[in-house]
Amino acid sequence: MNKKQKKMLLRILLSAALMGILLLLPVEGWLRFALFMIPYLIIGYDILIDAGKGIMNAQPFDENFLMAVATVGAIALGEYTEGVAVMLFYQIGELFQSYAVGKSRRSIGALMDIRPDSANLLGEDGELHEVDPDEVEVGSVIVVRPGEKVPIDGVIVKGVSSLDTAALTGESIPREAKEGSEVISGCINLTGLIEIRTTKAFGESTVSKILDLVENATSRKSKSENFISKFARIYTPAVCFGALALFLLPPLVNLLFGREALFSVWLYRALTFLVISCPCALVISIPLSFFAGIGGASAQGVLIKGSNYMETLSQVRTVVMDKTGTLTQGNFEVSGVHHSALEDDKLIEYAAHAEAYSSHPISRSLIRAYGREPDISRVCDVREESGRGVIAKVDGREVAVGNAKLMRSLGCEPIDCSHVGTIVHMAIDGAYAGHILIEDLVKDGAREAVEELRRAGVRKIVMLTGDVRTVAEDVAERLGIDEVKSELLPADKVGAVETLLEQERAGEKLAFVGDGINDAPVLARADIGIAMGALGSDAAIEAADVVLMDDDPRKIAKSIRISRKCLRIVKENIWFAIGVKLLCLALGALGLAGMWTAIFADVGVMVLAVLNAIRALNVKRL
Amino acid sequence: MKKSYRIEVDCANCALKMEDAAKKTEGVKDAVVNFMAQKMNVEFEDGADVRSTMEKVLKNCRKVERDCEIEF
Repeated sequence: MNKKQKKMLLRILLSAALMGILLLLPVEGWLRFALFMIPYLIIGYDILIDAGKGIMNAQPFDENFLMAVATVGAIALGEYTEGVAVMLFYQIGELFQSYAVGKSRRSIGALMDIRPDSANLLGEDGELHEVDPDEVEVGSVIVVRPGEKVPIDGVIVKGVSSLDTAALTGESIPREAKEGSEVISGCINLTGLIEIRTTKAFGESTVSKILDLVENATSRKSKSENFISKFARIYTPAVCFGALALFLLPPLVNLLFGREALFSVWLYRALTFLVISCPCALVISIPLSFFAGIGGASAQGVLIKGSNYMETLSQVRTVVMDKTGTLTQGNFEVSGVHHSALEDDKLIEYAAHAEAYSSHPISRSLIRAYGREPDISRVCDVREESGRGVIAKVDGREVAVGNAKLMRSLGCEPIDCSHVGTIVHMAIDGAYAGHILIEDLVKDGAREAVEELRRAGVRKIVMLTGDVRTVAEDVAERLGIDEVKSELLPADKVGAVETLLEQERAGEKLAFVGDGINDAPVLARADIGIAMGALGSDAAIEAADVVLMDDDPRKIAKSIRISRKCLRIVKENIWFAIGVKLLCLALGALGLAGMWTAIFADVGVMVLAVLNAIRALNVKRL
Repeated sequence: MKKSYRIEVDCANCALKMEDAAKKTEGVKDAVVNFMAQKMNVEFEDGADVRSTMEKVLKNCRKVERDCEIEF
């Protein structure tokens, strides 16, 4: 609690105690009035002053003014207890609001506690200087000790360590890093001392970008928030005019029909209206729900760039995914050796040597599978057969590596493979020696990701790829994807998404998931663009509406579930707050609810709505 | 031109009122108050003087919310 809040708490306690005593004292008349004015002024003096200023500034529907009118009116009617109590509960409500909101802001802040306080700059004299990260220039060397946060993006120049990226990605398995590895600010250095040459200024580093993004996310207001803003603008004046009408009309009607006017009864009911006139519960709980939802999501490595995107995400019924990099790892791996005349390892060894001079991704994957650098001295007479493959002498034996055409040109018949992927046939000394299957491997969890999306209520899952049809259909079948569009050029992907957008039903949204590197136009065209594995990629963070910090495809469904929960809470709060207020207005007009009920409705609804909003923060197990 | 300012405001409804007041200020094209982040993003009209406009914004905001604060 800050100083202002403590002072308010003291005022509340003091005036509550005084009121308790006064209720027991058997005093009557003017003395009673004078005594009740003490707690009233203690608790309400600032509101009375603000109300006066409000009138001078021509702000008739200022809530201070309304509160002042309601309580002064109650006192004028002789309802001293109610006058003081309404003021008291109103202040308790305000105090709670400022305390709860401050606290939840801080706890969301703590969740995003990745901002480093300082950097250890390695000076030219070899000494360490603790400086503000903002002051570190690009290209300087900083030291990060075990247990410290990496303050600025850079490359390790000395040391080996493992890095905890949980605060950024929600991923609990540490990442290994050694000399030459790029490190991202916001990670926690776990084991060893490392020296980092910075590649970015602090303001441009990942950690600053993420914090900016999360803090500004709630500035992009959702439809629900705009609705509430409009509602709040109409609600207060409407209730005030309602109060005026309630005060004037029924007594006039009574007079017309020659009955008793009952002015004081209707005045009391009108004042009850004024007490309920503040839309506080709504106005506070909706942005707070979004803020909590966005904060909770970012702690799980899902950055949602605005409340409006949170809302759109919750309505997603069609998910369009890019294949390479999203569902598959995006790098080719040897996944099998078939019909080999030699030992499998030996075959790969020959293949890797024959392809030693090539930089083609397929050649690279063969060399990776071999596991060592090929010994070039064992290779000679390398002949590239364009569009077919390579023939080279390895250890004096003639090794041919390539497609079926190459095999046939050498006079041997290749054996076809039953698997789908890229097939590399081999012949050694003119005899067929088997083939190596190379695949772009499906990511761990890609299948579960698709299943989870369905469980989250996504009706249609489409995969787009530039890859050939056979490979695309094979991946789609293994993952359980409904629709595949293959052999697309980047520009075709936009067209494909546009066609799908046209098929959408009203109120349903389409999300596109890509790696953000060359699909920025598609990310922008979809209702909502989700970029994956974006940690450290500025382009992806820029282009997408939702950013998944790591490349786990299961996070897609998770982010949808987070948004659904957040929106459910928003809707609960809207209906609950409006419902209770309207109910109290109705009961107040009929004289069934007095000021006590009204103030409880006002403050109680707000407390419950704020507590409900904070639930949106808890999304870890979702 | 857009600029972001730190603000201090206690209640969400007051933040809403500050937003309205800022929007109506001369020289301000658009304003968004982010209550949760305690920030005000102001988009100025072309040629408006930032400092004097912000003084007017603060004055207008103080009219609707006496104890609000804008750091500029």
